[in-house]
Amino acid sequence: MNLFYHIGKYFMLMASMFTKPEKASVYWGRTMNEVIQLGIKSLGLVIIMSFFMGSVLVIQTATAIDSPFLPRYTVGFTLKQSMILEFSSTIISLILAGKIGSNIASELGTMRVSEQIDALDIMGVNSAGYLIAPKIIGAMIIFPLIVVFSMTFGFVGGAFIAETTNLVTLEDYLFGIRSFSEGNDFMIFYTLFKSVIFAFIITSVSSYFGYNAKGGALEVGRASTDAVVYSSILILFFNVLVTQLMLI
Amino acid sequence: MIEVKNISKSFNGLQVLHDVSFKFETGKTNLIIGQSGSGKSVLTKCIVGLIQPEVGQVLFDGRDFITLKRKEKKSIRKEIGMLFQGSALFDSLTVEENVMFPLKMFSDMSKEEMRDRANFCLERVNIINKNKLFPSEASGGMQKRIAIARAIAMEPKYLFCDEPNSGLDPITSMLIDELIRDLTIENNMTTIVITHDMNSVLEIGENIMFLNQGHNHWKGDKNTVLTTDNEAVNDFVYVSKFLKQFKDKL
Repeated sequence: MNLFYHIGKYFMLMASMFTKPEKASVYWGRTMNEVIQLGIKSLGLVIIMSFFMGSVLVIQTATAIDSPFLPRYTVGFTLKQSMILEFSSTIISLILAGKIGSNIASELGTMRVSEQIDALDIMGVNSAGYLIAPKIIGAMIIFPLIVVFSMTFGFVGGAFIAETTNLVTLEDYLFGIRSFSEGNDFMIFYTLFKSVIFAFIITSVSSYFGYNAKGGALEVGRASTDAVVYSSILILFFNVLVTQLMLI
Repeated sequence: MIEVKNISKSFNGLQVLHDVSFKFETGKTNLIIGQSGSGKSVLTKCIVGLIQPEVGQVLFDGRDFITLKRKEKKSIRKEIGMLFQGSALFDSLTVEENVMFPLKMFSDMSKEEMRDRANFCLERVNIINKNKLFPSEASGGMQKRIAIARAIAMEPKYLFCDEPNSGLDPITSMLIDELIRDLTIENNMTTIVITHDMNSVLEIGENIMFLNQGHNHWKGDKNTVLTTDNEAVNDFVYVSKFLKQFKDKL
């Protein structure tokens, strides 16, 4: 019963955003600001994580291949598949659910308990539209770019290991990256599509918990935790759903 | 004028407001007083539309706010300024941006005109050369004054002040009270102040409603509040032994 209550309330909140903006220029400015806050400011973390994940995947794959029948370029191919299909979209989104999700929920939760959201409502501003819509749209714009950066720096991390160790040659690694590339366009579309869905989940679910926070610091903290937990669960669920629908 | 008629509201079966009616007059500071938990804030939230009452009417110069369509409600909201108990300034905006915010959202002013209006409002509340500060860098009294400047930026017809003196020292409280009263007269606003500060009651209480356990228990002004025979009002006003002795001598 409680679950249906929250689902209903979530969809009502989403619906309340879709009214004519009071001033389109203000909303556009806010959306661009969210692109920077949620996306550009997360790029450093994404680049570092992707670089090291690419490096580790190359080391692990290269050391796991014992069979002489498996060509060495399998290392590059495995990294490409892992990065494109799963790491750059799903795992990065799970990490960003922690970073961005808790940030959104605590920001909106604090605004709620300090009556800043009430102040917007009383002024006649559609508080949900003003506060939440730019976050959702901004994240949906910037997440695909984040995924592209993640893929790129994952490959760079792998290349760094190939170049600096003797586990695999750089030529074999790059050949593996380029091999079996017929389905690459669809795979990249699939992963970018997933990232847009995950961006919506993270921002909308976190906004829901923050926007409806009540009480004080304790409840804001709880809203922040709930935002991360539920965003992560939904990302995993929709990952399976979208994969089932698109890849099978 | 704002008129509330037969407002009732309950939460989870607990009746908070019982058939409350009152007329808040234009050009006067109207006070809602009462003990904590008497329903003052709930009544105010019903008036400004943050809470929907179960029964009753809220008339803004004859327009029933509760039954209005969303668009019409929005146009009334643009005529409302509100000072919240905790000021409710936007943390991420500077003092100047806070005051300019309603102008930016609802007016067609140029940036220069908005800045001029914001500076005028800030000067009116004696905030000078603090435009670039963030709210967290301002004192409690300054935050209240900045919030008043934001509330009057759009030249509202109705001003609501929720416990404007909470957390302030008596001198600053008095300055805030005087400011509210002066602005009310200058702009001919209908001002509603929620308070349980007796200094405020005696300073600016031109039209007072006393709420007791959700009932509109007594009506009067700053002169009659001291001399009334109403027991609940007396218990509220003359709370200390010293004041009770003072009352006996009256």
